[in-house]
Amino acid sequence: MTIAADTLTINGRTFHSRLLVGTGKYKDMEETRLAIEASGAEIITVAIRRTNIGQNPGEANLLDTLPPDQYTYLPNTAGCYSAEDAVRTCRLARELLDDHTLVKLEVLGDEKTLFPHVTETLEAARTLVEEGFEVMVYTNDDPIVARELEQIGCVAVMPLAAPIGSGLGIRNPYNILEIIENANVPVIVDAGVGTASDAAVAMELGCDGVLMNTAIAAAQNPVLMASAMKKAIEAGREAFLAGRMPRKRYASASSPIDGTFF
Amino acid sequence: MQIIVNGEAVEAPDNLTAAELIRHLGLENERLAMEINRQIAPRSRHDEIVIQPNDKVEIVRAIGGG
Repeated sequence: MTIAADTLTINGRTFHSRLLVGTGKYKDMEETRLAIEASGAEIITVAIRRTNIGQNPGEANLLDTLPPDQYTYLPNTAGCYSAEDAVRTCRLARELLDDHTLVKLEVLGDEKTLFPHVTETLEAARTLVEEGFEVMVYTNDDPIVARELEQIGCVAVMPLAAPIGSGLGIRNPYNILEIIENANVPVIVDAGVGTASDAAVAMELGCDGVLMNTAIAAAQNPVLMASAMKKAIEAGREAFLAGRMPRKRYASASSPIDGTFF
Repeated sequence: MQIIVNGEAVEAPDNLTAAELIRHLGLENERLAMEINRQIAPRSRHDEIVIQPNDKVEIVRAIGGG
């Protein structure tokens, strides 16, 4: 199998990159553009917020910088603490982007940890799926909840590695593995990735992709980190497809004993 | 008439259509979505929809976010 053929499919949409990137927290629009380009990401998340009225008429515009016909936009429901707010946000996003139905659902439960509110998430997911949205859903690493979300009809399940913006990497790889092994839709680790090795670990576990924002935007050199992440996702994916060696308790020499002269 | 736009009280002419409101606010060149009293006001109907006094209007756009 060549890597060129190893595409990511989300509800019938095909992508070459398994790195999904957020567009928040960058210094300015130019840095956003350069980082996204360096990352090779094809799917980018955006937030839906009130328009500034009467202020900054010449302000750089996200849609001009990263055109929706060049990138697959994934509007998020960031900042929503209720199913109702999340559903409202998705409806507005759909109207904004000409009936684009792919959305990232996140319903938060706590300001300090930004952990997902599971019951509100399930409720929002049901409503959105009924209304014809293609829901990629941010969730915790509970395999039962992931299974429920898939059964509701979400097109991808996105378990967190660690709290949003924490950079702690995958806290519970065994739960993520459990989710991957039971899922019939793509599993995309979302939130908590901090550096390149975290992304590689996610892919080595068998994830279909990784979504990150702070790991790139808050790096000392975001454009360089974006490039590192691109490589890490590719390396991790190749390692997964290559099938790693088993872990062993004891050593196993790499050079033969036969022919030793001492 | 008085209406609420993005949480702020705004004075606007009576019998304004949604399209006219957008022009009144100087937003005619922006990509945006509108909600009136929690209902989506689709772009295709902006010339038909008439804003009523005390309507709560939300006008949103896409910005950077994770």
